[in-house]
Amino acid sequence: MKFSTLLSVYIGLVLLLALSLGMAFMPLHGSLKLVVGLAVAAAKATLIVWFFMHVRYQSGLIRVFAAAGGFWLLLMFVLTAVDYLTR
Amino acid sequence: MNRDHISDLPDHLSDSNQRAEMATLGMWIFLTTEVLFFGALFLAFTIYRHKYSADFVAASDHLNVWLGGLNTFILLTSSFFVALAVAAAHAGNRKRTNWHLCATVILAVIFLGIKAIEYHQDFTEKLIPGRHFNVSGTDSSAIAHQQLFFCFYFIMTGIHAFHMIAGTGVMAWMIMKNLRTKEDPMTQTDRIRVESIGLYWHFVDIVWVFLLPLLYLTGLERL
Repeated sequence: MKFSTLLSVYIGLVLLLALSLGMAFMPLHGSLKLVVGLAVAAAKATLIVWFFMHVRYQSGLIRVFAAAGGFWLLLMFVLTAVDYLTR
Repeated sequence: MNRDHISDLPDHLSDSNQRAEMATLGMWIFLTTEVLFFGALFLAFTIYRHKYSADFVAASDHLNVWLGGLNTFILLTSSFFVALAVAAAHAGNRKRTNWHLCATVILAVIFLGIKAIEYHQDFTEKLIPGRHFNVSGTDSSAIAHQQLFFCFYFIMTGIHAFHMIAGTGVMAWMIMKNLRTKEDPMTQTDRIRVESIGLYWHFVDIVWVFLLPLLYLTGLERL
């Protein structure tokens, strides 16, 4: 990958970090703060996985395995939430 | 597929491209198990964060957002350098790969140093769960819930730090190996090793990127 691409991704990550920190100091409602915070974290993770971890260039086989962890996490969180939120 | 020119390729692989792909696949499988590992901790934290939200927010207030943010910046920068190391390895430049790995290791050590400072601060502020845990307030269940937050904080950041120490150790080993073989051209094995530690390091970075909002950023707003 070209240096300029890696540098752009890095700068993007640092800007997202600045956004995270800036938002933490804004008077938002607690759960909204958490949701937006996690959304920004997910954006950072996507940049890291797609560019730094080279998933952008990988075959379908690798991409499926890379996505498997996230998919399992989704199942676990959603099904647990369904339990707790319906008590 | 003509394998005559490849002397060290095991029988089950047909060419060196497949070898590289299988190495990457193996590392991703390992990282998936790590997702399971950290995921369970994140899930447990999320359940209690939902259940005792006010107490968890109050507990999070004790953490130093600036140190957490600084550490995140350091870790993101270390990921950038590891990505550069992988690019240098692809270009076959052993010296440049090594310099970038050195930068990553230095940043990792700085991160761990800041973490140690934070842990020390937590110790002096009596935030370590156990007999000496003490936060302001008289409601005993609220205090118990805050102590629960700190159980999660120490376990999650502690296990993360352990992963960082392991990764730093592997990179230090690679740096030493590179120094010993610095005149030799980079082999595919060298390249695969750098790619693998790169994948591992980016994963450790991603875990921290999620720890930051959950542990540090949901406290009360004050500068």
